[in-house]
Amino acid sequence: MASKAYDAGVKEYRDMYWTPDYVPLDTDLLACFKCTGQPGVPREEVAAAVAAESSTGTWSTVWSELLTDLEYYKGRAYRIEDVPGDNESFYAFVAYPLDLFEEGSIVNVLTSLVGNVFGFKALRHLRLEDIRFPMAYIKTCNGPPAGIQLERDRLSKYGRPMLGATIKPKLGLSAKNYGRAVYECLRGGLDMTKDDENVNSQPFMRWRDRFEFVGEAIQKAQQETGEKKGHYLNVTAATPEDMYERAEFAKEVGSPIIMHDFLTGGFTANTGLAKWCRKNGMLLHIHRAMHAVIDRHPKHGIHFRVLAKCLRLSGGDHLHTGTVVGKLEGDRQSTLGFVDQLRESFVPEDRSRGIFFDQDWGSLPGVFAVASGGIHVWHMPALVTIFGDDSMLQFGGGTQGHPWGNAAGAAANRVALEASIKARNQGREIEKEARDILMEAARHSPELAIALETWKEIKFEFDTVDKLDVK
Amino acid sequence: MNHGSTTGDYQTAQTLECFGFLPKFTQDEVYDQIAYLIANGLTPAIEHTHPSQATEHYWTMWKLPMFGQQDMGAVAAEIDACHRAYPNDHVRLIGYDNYSQSQGVCFVVVEGRG
Repeated sequence: MASKAYDAGVKEYRDMYWTPDYVPLDTDLLACFKCTGQPGVPREEVAAAVAAESSTGTWSTVWSELLTDLEYYKGRAYRIEDVPGDNESFYAFVAYPLDLFEEGSIVNVLTSLVGNVFGFKALRHLRLEDIRFPMAYIKTCNGPPAGIQLERDRLSKYGRPMLGATIKPKLGLSAKNYGRAVYECLRGGLDMTKDDENVNSQPFMRWRDRFEFVGEAIQKAQQETGEKKGHYLNVTAATPEDMYERAEFAKEVGSPIIMHDFLTGGFTANTGLAKWCRKNGMLLHIHRAMHAVIDRHPKHGIHFRVLAKCLRLSGGDHLHTGTVVGKLEGDRQSTLGFVDQLRESFVPEDRSRGIFFDQDWGSLPGVFAVASGGIHVWHMPALVTIFGDDSMLQFGGGTQGHPWGNAAGAAANRVALEASIKARNQGREIEKEARDILMEAARHSPELAIALETWKEIKFEFDTVDKLDVK
Repeated sequence: MNHGSTTGDYQTAQTLECFGFLPKFTQDEVYDQIAYLIANGLTPAIEHTHPSQATEHYWTMWKLPMFGQQDMGAVAAEIDACHRAYPNDHVRLIGYDNYSQSQGVCFVVVEGRG
């Protein structure tokens, strides 16, 4: 063992943490940060500072460093790249040795990678663009409780996206009236309905009462239609104890699925709940409240593709991804990029989709992409084209705003979906031929005809704030 | 079903999952779906069951899945043969996907008399 003398003081980060000759190991966790440094600070120093502060380093040399082998534990900035079309920012690639992270703990990974470093004064902005999780780490994570394949088998839903709706108005209904709205949607042809994320256990509708009425709605709709139905009972709660109590009762009333908000609830709660779902044969729907706070600014925060990857590891069977076409932000190529991360077993590097690393998911089950927010029947062919079969398309206002009510609205959406699938399978270009396909289907469905009339003029055409970095 | 009034009365119907909300397919439309199934590398298979048991996961297999079958006519002929043998049963066409271990296609192609 070589021994070094202790030399107190402050060193430049790049002396230790900028290693351009380093070749990352297969077991390294790799990260790509978009860095915007303070004026006058060299790129290498900024990149090295990010690597240091997100791994072993601190601002000053300390004597106890010499008691360990920091060469083994340190993160390394190993590459710097220009950001296309942006002169002030650059990409820094950092490799972290596997031993820096506790097995199966997304909490631990994020606490290191997006911890103190984001408040670092030498940086004006910092954004975590992508993480490459090594297979050795992925194998320590539980992942989705069921996954796409098992969910389809349990529910007998094949060859098409599933259809859902968030129950509206999102706040203020009594438990019995709420159950009515659920029953109407399900009997009309939806596969699932959803609690709004804001619905937990408020004075107007306590969770236990909601679960009981919704349980009856599911059973009745199943008996009458002969199809499998479900409602995402939101078990997000103030404490883990409350969360598990609600999850147990959801199982008791016969819902096949529960729901959690993974960012406001946190990764500890989410990972625990996902394990509970695996153990209890329940599906887990994941909502993403707070994501836009973290992911929308193009130069600061965490890109949603990272949050999506973290969720797949932490566990969830459905994850909201935006709609591309509806009322909420979402660039098409970028959305397709993280939808792949949810569903595929291997995703190659593809900068045109904002994917910075090859990512091998090994045997981890896939997650359904959920498109929800401001979509209606006219969007159906586009949604089928964008999201494909392994998705959950959710029409809240677009179901319950139907002039004849929820059941007719649900039927209209189901007809539109099946007509789109039929036409796609016939080899038609359904996005281009959307109008013909829908009008044709409406000839056999007065519910669809009315829906097409109701929503014919509604569009959400605003430019995307967070675009991919391209020239 | 509803008739064009301003407030329709939507009657709940028994439906059979995928394509249950569309009018019954013509022979040509069934061929289109078989063509899609084969073009996507799926394995055609046929199952049948009495309508009273349609909600169960397992239906009775009509022979084995048609591994390697590329002939649409042969698949259509098996659907007919199954229907003739079990006229009271629902008959469904399945496209097995051995990569995802799921079914890329699954719909009731003949509704039984019950």
